[in-house]
Amino acid sequence: MFLFIALVSIFVLGLIVVFLFMEGLPIFKVISLGHFLFGLEWYPTYEPPSFGIWPLIVGSFAVTFFASIIAIPLGVLSAIYIAEVAPPLIKEIFKPVIELLAGLPSVVLGFFGMAVLAPWLQETFDLPTGLNIVNASIVLAFMAVPTISSISEDALYAVPQEFKEASYALGATRFETIAKVIVPAALSGISTAVILGMARAIGETMVVLMVAGGAAAVPESIFDSVRPMPASIAAEMGEAPFRSDHYYALFATGIVLFILTLAFNLFADYISHKFKEVGSATL
Amino acid sequence: MRWRYFKQKVFFLTIRVSAIFLAASIALFLVYLFVNGIGAINWEFLTQPPRDSMTKGGIMPALLGTFYLTAGAIIIALPLGVASAIYLSEYAKQGATVRIIRIGVNCLAGVPSIVFGLFGLGLFVVFLHFGSCILSGALTLGFLILPTIIGASEEALKAVPQTFREASLGLGVSKWQTILRIVLPNALPGILTGSILGIGRAAGETAPIMFTAAAFFTAKLPTSIFDEVMALPYHVYVLATAGTHIEETRHLQYGTILVLVALVLGIDLIAIVIRSYIRKKKRW
Repeated sequence: MFLFIALVSIFVLGLIVVFLFMEGLPIFKVISLGHFLFGLEWYPTYEPPSFGIWPLIVGSFAVTFFASIIAIPLGVLSAIYIAEVAPPLIKEIFKPVIELLAGLPSVVLGFFGMAVLAPWLQETFDLPTGLNIVNASIVLAFMAVPTISSISEDALYAVPQEFKEASYALGATRFETIAKVIVPAALSGISTAVILGMARAIGETMVVLMVAGGAAAVPESIFDSVRPMPASIAAEMGEAPFRSDHYYALFATGIVLFILTLAFNLFADYISHKFKEVGSATL
Repeated sequence: MRWRYFKQKVFFLTIRVSAIFLAASIALFLVYLFVNGIGAINWEFLTQPPRDSMTKGGIMPALLGTFYLTAGAIIIALPLGVASAIYLSEYAKQGATVRIIRIGVNCLAGVPSIVFGLFGLGLFVVFLHFGSCILSGALTLGFLILPTIIGASEEALKAVPQTFREASLGLGVSKWQTILRIVLPNALPGILTGSILGIGRAAGETAPIMFTAAAFFTAKLPTSIFDEVMALPYHVYVLATAGTHIEETRHLQYGTILVLVALVLGIDLIAIVIRSYIRKKKRW
């Protein structure tokens, strides 16, 4: 009985696949898979329309990449601080604060990017618009940090105490112990954290919808506007006529996004199982 | 030797600065929202519907809509999540089935919220003909928070010491009775924490309800689960992007955001407090 209920998650995952494909595959009657994925023009409402999502894919990767550059050091270093260096009292304060960040609704962060960050960027760098890759990356980074930080922290805690003691006994400083013993031992967990953080950033919708600017073109600089895949789906689904080619194309974009994040998640799962520490005997 | 300690100092300074930077930006952000939003909030704001094409008035329908959607989501996700966790923690033997279920739960947790939106649109709104309504939105949100609830419940169940189960089974109590009378009550606070975090998540999500439940504006309050509703996160999005008076309604936007953030973070804080209470209190 409980087995059947436990299978609900798998069942829902299956349903997601079924309905994404059911509503998305018809687009490939109109356009080939290659032209859909690598077409440079996304003009779904033109006559004749063109459904090339390459600019959207590049947009997604651009914001995810720059967000990771900000979020990985910030998240991992904070995790090291909390797990290894901070005194207990400060730890008690930091952990819930970072968890609060994880709980902030994405629409709120998106609003902040729009109302505060965008005008500031526009003025400081003298840009035509503050809604661009930089803005989206900064806001997305703050969404990815809690994921990266909390999973890295768990990985650091899981390093056996004996490792540290052995390192200190050899005369290593705390820094040397952290850099050469603890972090390498926790590396698989930290990698998992980074991958899951990136998966979160690439799938995040409201932030990129509100602050990435929405230009469906391959960007040339980090101050260009982009239209990542989730933004395109969220912005256009309301206007796309029911079961038109545009509607199918948006579902097909959803398939691409789904497969991408699924790959990220399976990869993270693979790493965390493949290199799992089982006690101190495995090293 | 000095050089080695110097390196250590530099490193500790770096990580301290990055942690403080992170915490300070969160704190500043919350203060900023509070200062800008508090002016808009009064009794009328919380109890009146929007007026004059959403340039005046309050947010009551959105508040109510978010309440319905969230309540619906938890009603769906809690039984399914707890039952899944009971299977994973109490019945399952380590092996291929459990491994597959775990991967499934992890993957479900990683599905982007907008893809949940598409799924809800495809299945509930279109295929099952529910239309855009509370039911469709609550089901979509329910499946979205299912992994959160499974994860937290399983952890809570696993934290109940094995000796409790053995003592009960040793007295001749059946396995099901043991789970019901011994394991579940002891795991309850942990399960509660997970559910509260799930509620917080469901209340703040925008993308999954955009196509499945949320209305731009409805004058009347919902009377059945097949009605469209306004919802707080979507209302923030609409006010910030779709209005013709975006600059003039800034104070309303900040007010709505402050209510949303207070609601979600308040819910999360309750969970955090309960959890630290359990950790202090229960040392088996």
